[in-house]
Amino acid sequence: MIRDFAIVWSERDLLLSGLGNTTILSVLSAIAGLVIAFVLTPALMSKRRWLALTVRVFVDGMRCVPFLLFAYIVYYGLPSFGIRLDNWSSGLVALTVYHAAYLAEILRGAWVAQPREPIEAGVAFGFSGPRLFRRIILPPLLLAAGPVIGNQMIQIVKDSAFLTIIALPELTHAASSIQSRHYVPFAAFITAVFLYWGLCLVIEAGVSGIDRLASARR
Amino acid sequence: MTNDMAVLDVAGISKRFGDLQVLSDISFTVTRGETVCVLGPSGSGKSTLLRCINWLERPDAGQIYLNGDRIGINNGGVVMSDRELSRVRTRIGMVFQHFALWPHLTVLQNLMEAPVQVQRRPAAEVREEAMALLAKVGLSDKADVFPARLSGGQKQRVGIARALAMKPDVLLFDEPTSALDPELVGEVLLVMRELAREGRTMVIVTHEMGFARDAATRILFMDRGRVVETGPPERFFVSPDTERARQFIQRYAAG
Repeated sequence: MIRDFAIVWSERDLLLSGLGNTTILSVLSAIAGLVIAFVLTPALMSKRRWLALTVRVFVDGMRCVPFLLFAYIVYYGLPSFGIRLDNWSSGLVALTVYHAAYLAEILRGAWVAQPREPIEAGVAFGFSGPRLFRRIILPPLLLAAGPVIGNQMIQIVKDSAFLTIIALPELTHAASSIQSRHYVPFAAFITAVFLYWGLCLVIEAGVSGIDRLASARR
Repeated sequence: MTNDMAVLDVAGISKRFGDLQVLSDISFTVTRGETVCVLGPSGSGKSTLLRCINWLERPDAGQIYLNGDRIGINNGGVVMSDRELSRVRTRIGMVFQHFALWPHLTVLQNLMEAPVQVQRRPAAEVREEAMALLAKVGLSDKADVFPARLSGGQKQRVGIARALAMKPDVLLFDEPTSALDPELVGEVLLVMRELAREGRTMVIVTHEMGFARDAATRILFMDRGRVVETGPPERFFVSPDTERARQFIQRYAAG
């Protein structure tokens, strides 16, 4: 067993580059997903019924599709419509779009739970449109929903593992290469598990930072 | 035609929510420096009236002019866009029953937010004025505190300072002391009395009869969505014209 881990150690460059790629994928998707959610959430809350309904259909649709299947559709399915993305682009698009739907729904939930008056005060003081959302509505949402958003970030990290099926060289892909090259499944996969766990700890540290900011304002 | 001295001219405002006629043909003017107290039983439409003035609620009929400019309807005769409405709203300060401070901003930031972000005034100048306003409401030492750390009375004094920071033409108060513990009402009324003395133009919806009696220049008494009686407080409280007003005053005098 010690020998198995020694083999994994000898392949550490491969694992670390996998970890690096997983981190890049997760960070980019998390940021892009949040930015998209900042657009989707006001649409979900819009008084224009057709807009709210359209976005609602998209959000509910995404939440009911298994991520693996969605990644298959983006990578293997879109070329039938003439949209051909390489594995990195496909992976990023799939992770981002899929989780943007969840993030939008999280922010909508937090919005509904906010007191109405501070937002109304924003309107009364001359805020409207994107500025009202960005300056008055959004900051309390992010503070209130911080832990739930952190949870979703962890979900993004874990879903990125599925992208091994489109040959994206992320952490799970690296671990499975090591195991197939040397036949050390337990050592390779358990090492990957601990590395994922490390990423989650970093996210949780970020969440507790946000929580400290929030509790000063509650 | 609008009166030259009229800061606010409300003409024939009506509003209904479903089957309920909340406001019926409300008309009054507020001249510069007046403190108008709007009194009346709960559900008489006082808050809705205030919210119609800055179009937080859209009136069904009637006109509102602020220093001669029509609110809510632009020169082309159509309903203003959100952006146009926003520009008009910056000229009307509002103080809310439940304070409605922005929880993610410090006290000082609450005061500076709209002047800097909406009115686009230079931050340094706004900061200086904001600090002066905090001194005026007795909260200089709370500039960098978040609203959650303040008492209700302090929150409402910040709410008033925030409205003043916009340098509005008129200040609207929507039951500013109704959400306060009784022992905190005094400190807020003190600030409001000071503003009345300075000759700020104000419309105040309140249940504080003592305040209305000695700070108001005029009383507007509403019942069931109508202005039933209007006049100086000396006359309104001593010899009201209408039976409804007499009953209302008696009920409050009895406690």
